[in-house]
Amino acid sequence: MTFLDYAPAPESTAILDLRPEYGLFIDGEWRAGGGEPFASVSPSTERQIAMFASADEGDVDAAVRAARAAFRDVWGPMSGRDRGKYLFRIARILQERARELAVAESLDNGKPIKETRDADVPLVAQWFFHCAGWADKLDWVGLGANPQPHGVAAQVIPWNFPLLMLAWKVAPALAAGNTVVLKPAETTPLTAMLFADVCEQAGLPAGVVNLVTGAGETGAALVRHPDVDKVAFTGSTAVGREIAKALAGTDKRLTLELGGKGANIVFDDAPLDQAIEGIVDGIFFNQGQVCCAGSRLLVQESVHDVVMERLKERMATLRVGDPLDKNTDVGAINSSAQLERITRLVETGIAEGGEAWSAPCELPSEGYWFAPTVVTGVEASSTIAREEIFGPVLSVLTFRTPDEAIAKANNTPYGLSAGIWSDKGSRVLAVADRLRAGVVWTNTFNKFDPASPFGGYKESGYGREGGRQGMQAYLKGGE
Amino acid sequence: MATSAETTSSESSAASAPAASAPAATRPTSDRLSVPKTYKLFIGGAFPRSESGRVTEVTDARGAFVANVAKASRKDARDAVRAARKAQPGWAGATAYNRGQVLYRIAEVLEGRSAQFVDELQRVEGLSAAQARRQVEDAIDLWVWHAGWTDKIAQIGGSANPVAGPYFNLSVPEPTGVVAIVAPQQQGLLGLTSVVAPALVTGNAVVVVPSAAAPLPAISLGEVLATSDLPGGVVNVLTGDPAELAPWLASHADVNALDLSGAGALDWVELEQLAADTLKRVIRPVPGIAPETPQRILALTETKTVWHTKSRL
Amino acid sequence: MTTPSQALAPAERAVQLLGADLSEVALRRHLEGLPGVDAVGLEARAASLGTRSIKTTSKQAALDLVIRMIDLTTLQGADTRGKVRSLVAKALVPDASDPSTPRPAAVCVYGDMVQNAVDALGSAWSAGKDDGINVAAVATAFPAGRASLAVKLQDTRDAVAAGADEIDMVIDRGAFLEGRYGKVFDEIVQTKEACRRDDGTYAHLKVILETGELVTYDNVRRASWLSILAGGDFIKTSTGKVQPAATLPVTLLMLQVVRDWERLTGERVGVKPAGGISTAKDAIKYLVTVAETCGEAWLDPHLFRFGASSLLNDVLLQRQKLTTGRYSGPDYVTID
Repeated sequence: MTFLDYAPAPESTAILDLRPEYGLFIDGEWRAGGGEPFASVSPSTERQIAMFASADEGDVDAAVRAARAAFRDVWGPMSGRDRGKYLFRIARILQERARELAVAESLDNGKPIKETRDADVPLVAQWFFHCAGWADKLDWVGLGANPQPHGVAAQVIPWNFPLLMLAWKVAPALAAGNTVVLKPAETTPLTAMLFADVCEQAGLPAGVVNLVTGAGETGAALVRHPDVDKVAFTGSTAVGREIAKALAGTDKRLTLELGGKGANIVFDDAPLDQAIEGIVDGIFFNQGQVCCAGSRLLVQESVHDVVMERLKERMATLRVGDPLDKNTDVGAINSSAQLERITRLVETGIAEGGEAWSAPCELPSEGYWFAPTVVTGVEASSTIAREEIFGPVLSVLTFRTPDEAIAKANNTPYGLSAGIWSDKGSRVLAVADRLRAGVVWTNTFNKFDPASPFGGYKESGYGREGGRQGMQAYLKGGE
Repeated sequence: MATSAETTSSESSAASAPAASAPAATRPTSDRLSVPKTYKLFIGGAFPRSESGRVTEVTDARGAFVANVAKASRKDARDAVRAARKAQPGWAGATAYNRGQVLYRIAEVLEGRSAQFVDELQRVEGLSAAQARRQVEDAIDLWVWHAGWTDKIAQIGGSANPVAGPYFNLSVPEPTGVVAIVAPQQQGLLGLTSVVAPALVTGNAVVVVPSAAAPLPAISLGEVLATSDLPGGVVNVLTGDPAELAPWLASHADVNALDLSGAGALDWVELEQLAADTLKRVIRPVPGIAPETPQRILALTETKTVWHTKSRL
Repeated sequence: MTTPSQALAPAERAVQLLGADLSEVALRRHLEGLPGVDAVGLEARAASLGTRSIKTTSKQAALDLVIRMIDLTTLQGADTRGKVRSLVAKALVPDASDPSTPRPAAVCVYGDMVQNAVDALGSAWSAGKDDGINVAAVATAFPAGRASLAVKLQDTRDAVAAGADEIDMVIDRGAFLEGRYGKVFDEIVQTKEACRRDDGTYAHLKVILETGELVTYDNVRRASWLSILAGGDFIKTSTGKVQPAATLPVTLLMLQVVRDWERLTGERVGVKPAGGISTAKDAIKYLVTVAETCGEAWLDPHLFRFGASSLLNDVLLQRQKLTTGRYSGPDYVTID
């Protein structure tokens, strides 16, 4: 064994105390669902973790009623100061139970423990802490004095950052005075169930947070429920479009955080070693299953070869495997369906003239895996330069001038994120000005903070999460 | 209320005197002889006695002895400013999130020790149990309120500025530095919190002269601060005579701002004039700035505006 | 630039890269053309490498490797023959309770103590060969380097004549910060010449950058590159007399430079972090950084060293823990 083979360093799952089955969390109680229960499997082993209830229309209605009652009787009338205190409590309990949540998330989602431990869960706690502080300071979010909550918020979240997306949705909604009904993703419901437990430990009044598990139909029933005042959705652009259509003509407020095809632009004066890290972080963080991933590398022609050489060298050091091993850099793909989609798109990319190179790594025999891959020779017209792959696959395009880089970066219906790598500040700011993307990172990538608004242009959705803008999405003022 | 019968005594007699006359200050629930606390200064994260060796006798509402509190001198003030200056960059350099968690931690620890504060406030301010409890609870909530501002105040006090030219232009509030404070003379714990917490939000370090009448909660608060992950020196507490200490702080060249909220009974105009020598920022006692407002936090900041070119491509 | 280009001392590597007409201008242009370093990204990468979890068999191998990479060091004004004998004795028998314990790579002393170190090592002295313990000497008016070139060179020649297998020289940080890269370059070239023995072989030259005085990462990258161009066999972070001494980000950056140099020329240059690395846990982070930056070829005492004194005993404590399964204590390792 060579040194770099690092002996296994698995994080213990003994910290978890899971139930064999989980119900729906409605009005502070666990109850069975009307639909057929479903299993969640661990993507790295394909083994069943637990069974989860499936909420039908009646269950969704019960959840919305509970949320309505809690809004009317408890949470709405409560002072901002006290709402804030509940959220601070939740933030602290999340910090206390951080490792348990990280292990559960890695188990259920397939992402490396390194990420859940060092990124997802700390951000979750930080999000609640930040929003807790807003609860009694709503006069300053920018909507004038005494802004009001919408009422009942219906929230549907994806599987790529299950607990973090829950935090992005629940924390600002509660801080603003709304109550919520949230539907976690079908393949990753586990940490939401643990979150219900956190709410109970915090003594959160019944009905303020309601969790309904299930598939797409459950989500559809939820966002269409007539007594919902606000809908927040994170997921695919296709589903986001459907929701926008369904809500047309109603008085429901809507925010959408959808797909992306982020451009990561590397200029010839980039700090090269850090740019390589940023490219890797941009597309292989969370196996590339990130809506704001830097999935299109736009590299200046004069440095294309050196960037590719170093990138491949670096990719060869990525450790793919057991998500619970503390040394794993790249974990499992979340589901077999997602794995099929990635595989199909890469095949298309090759068929259209791209040249694929995958990091040499041994993939486990069980579970859903895709080796970190880079496809060179991709043109702006290629399928894999336009469609969101949502996997560890980087499409590489080149450019000659800043204008060309900007034109190519903007040549997409999406507009969520972009990266710029250059040592020249004046150029960076000018390029950032002209990029049609909601988040632009310079000499870094995939950074998130509750104080910083996140969200997309164009078909990447509308509304922002984080900062004052994120609070505004859950409040109405001047009416 | 408290008298200020100044005494000078040796270290050993200062330490042993309270024990000898303690019964008046203890609740006789048993025959056990109590072990009363020695109230010292809080400077640089440590609890020194005054270098002057002086103490002030604090008595309860009925005039009975409670404690001998250290009476700070100008040299203690000098040491406190030095400690504050040393600690300030680290505190300001911590992330806003981190500062918020520390301020919240202060609230948590204070809550756990609220009985002690209720007891002290009852004794030295002559409050009923309910009044004392109310003041402690309000102080805790005020710390929580401020904890929530650390990562938000820049969004209220700062701005992106649309200048007429090819420039990126951003203004952000930054802490002014070392803030010397004469705390309100009323409500020893709440008044102190209302002036110290807003200074800490953005990353200032503080030298505070607490209420002369009720100094005990100030030193006990120092004990809370010392065990709340607040770096030593960020808050320094000088019990003593505000009239004696304030001029030294107002004229100290290494102090950046002077909060005279509790100096209404002093010759505060003269203090403001002293502060003008080095153009300190001054918060006057009248009309003052209301507590629990972002204005109070922003009063102790400097706005920094950064210009950066945005080139043609 | 106002001064005309000055000729630099010929150094093989520099000639190959910059051409035969070595000048101050050419050197400056070359160094300033190196890609910039983003400090935040560099430090984030170092921190991420620092989270690797090295367990069981990997840890065992790592601990032994760390010992074999140590330059066991004493560099005090108060050094005596007795102190050097004691240091050498520790190098010869790091852990009397476990004869399988490897020995460190070298002992590192001031130049006037080289003879004592050689004598104390006796047959264990490598004498420039591959097995045995080397004697390294700091030279060139270590640690400040504030002396005439003649003095620095004589300092070096004395140590080599006394038997030093390795010379740890300091660069002229003042000249570097003034932008007189040529002066720094010339001194390294000439010190290298002073490392030449009568038989034509050379003592290995480690070039100390004193990164704590260069401060910026861009400076560290330039100084590293310059030291390699001038013929250094190793680039070393620090004297240990200035804070901060070795840090993980600085070492990572220097490793990136030697990796780039190998990519360009096929030649391998060593890296030595020195000062401040006192725990096995930290040392293992450095090994991870070496392996994941330059590859496992660099996990070799010829290419990576630790300049340390207290590190050895902490590694021994961890080694004992792995052997016995219990935590050991400082009374169960020997002082030097």
